Amino acid sequence: MVAAAAREIRDGELVFVGMRLPMIAFALAKRTHAPRATGLFENGIIREEPASTLLYTMGDPPNLFKATYCGDMISVMSLLQQGRVHVGFLGAAEVDRFGNLNTTWGRRNGQTVRLPGSGGACDIACLAQRTVVILAHDPQRLVARVGHITSPGNGNGGLWRRAQGLPARSGPSAIITTMGVLRFAEDGEAYLASIHPGIRVEEVLGSTGWTLRVSDNLAETPEPSEVEFGVIREIDPNHFWTKT
Amino acid sequence: MTGAAPSKLVSMRQAVDEHVPSGSTVLMGAELEQMIPFSAGHEIVRQGRRDLTLVGPISDILFDQMIGAGCVSGLMAAWVGNASSGVGYCFRRAVEHAIPNALETLDYTNFTMAMALHAAALGVPFLPTYAALGSDLPKNNGNLREFTSPVNEDRLIAVCALHPDVAIVPVQRADAFGNSHLWGNLGVAIDGARAARKVVVVAEEIVSPEVIASDPNRTLIPGFLVAAVVHEPWGAHPSPVQGYYGRDHAFFAEYHEQSRKKEDFERWLESWVLKVPSRADYLKQLGDARIADLGVREHAFTAPADFGF
Repeated sequence: MVAAAAREIRDGELVFVGMRLPMIAFALAKRTHAPRATGLFENGIIREEPASTLLYTMGDPPNLFKATYCGDMISVMSLLQQGRVHVGFLGAAEVDRFGNLNTTWGRRNGQTVRLPGSGGACDIACLAQRTVVILAHDPQRLVARVGHITSPGNGNGGLWRRAQGLPARSGPSAIITTMGVLRFAEDGEAYLASIHPGIRVEEVLGSTGWTLRVSDNLAETPEPSEVEFGVIREIDPNHFWTKT
Repeated sequence: MTGAAPSKLVSMRQAVDEHVPSGSTVLMGAELEQMIPFSAGHEIVRQGRRDLTLVGPISDILFDQMIGAGCVSGLMAAWVGNASSGVGYCFRRAVEHAIPNALETLDYTNFTMAMALHAAALGVPFLPTYAALGSDLPKNNGNLREFTSPVNEDRLIAVCALHPDVAIVPVQRADAFGNSHLWGNLGVAIDGARAARKVVVVAEEIVSPEVIASDPNRTLIPGFLVAAVVHEPWGAHPSPVQGYYGRDHAFFAEYHEQSRKKEDFERWLESWVLKVPSRADYLKQLGDARIADLGVREHAFTAPADFGF
């Protein structure tokens, strides 16, 4: 999942990194195919070099040490609104067939559960050129329709984003799960584009809360290379974030 | 020559007693995951404040603790939980079951929270943004209102200005008059201090005005905005202060487990807040070994900047 996420970063891009797995994906991309990518953090940090130790939050001292820039939140998040940020990473409790995200109201055992909320996720989903979602593949989490749109994807499809007034060059690009990579068709709906090694298509379909379309050119996600695997282990030696 | 200004140095007890009455709207956690004013929050709990409205983009576990302690009836935030461990259990109990009391929550995004404080800091009633268009947040937050741009046909969200009654802002160093140096990720601290009607600065160190004036670019809060200065070393623990101490990750993980059940949280609150009269006592309880472990291992001073002429 982390290796697949890292591959969404192209060299030279401005990346809204976020928390947890994306922090490792960014460091991995920097160390492999995207050495000139720049990391932006909503608390006001810009980094050319990933932090040298594992981060638990983006405000950890190693993330400030040798940063390129430390300033306020508006100075970094305004780059998103200007359209300069190429890709932003998000997690979610729920994502639906049109890439809408819910991190506000969850459902557990039939009960409504209050979750932490947007943080910067809604801002990134509205304003980044490409948004990449990372989450575990589970029918409770990949649902037909989210109960609450915390962060908009393609709404109910078609030209929905434009009708809402969202910037033309923005929107969901990929959903990376523990089973595969979903991408978005012209009509705004997600389809299975790539499947992780050892996973069967039926498993993916059975673990998705709607009838997931499958690409005619379904690919197999490349295994993490030894180099990628080594870097991940080096960044997160105790498996704090990369538990699976 | 100007007349000698009066010192604003007070104890945390005095600062809270005087500047944070029940019913206040209080900005905390303005610097996000670093420099969260835990010692101020704990004093607010000890003084039994009620009906506070807490404001902050991401406050890590401080808001959770104050909600669990029954101090809070309103919340304006982008994210409430435990940044390294997940959900905030006291927040969940309050929203889902009104335990210990009901909570009126206005959900923001980080950017719209920053814009709300920036609007207040600019002295204008609102600022426009494309963020939050298409999300469900404006449906439940009347301070995010869709409108059509007067200069083109764009749809935008008007983010209403937000004026906290008091902002509590940890800084690395301040002089006795409130002129403050802070560094690292600044979050919404600068706008927050200007947006608030009053500012309480919590400083790791008190320095002379000459130190402040030696590096005026680093003076991010001018003293005339500040009502009180509290000298409180380690006042942000378990959150970090760059150049002073690191983040106590284990403390966040322990709190996560110890707040899962209401009864456990009450024991936690008793042992880390209610029974601990001051920050000095808190540090004694934390213990020398843990404090030493969190200290700066290797200092990294900036290159000097020449203000000569």
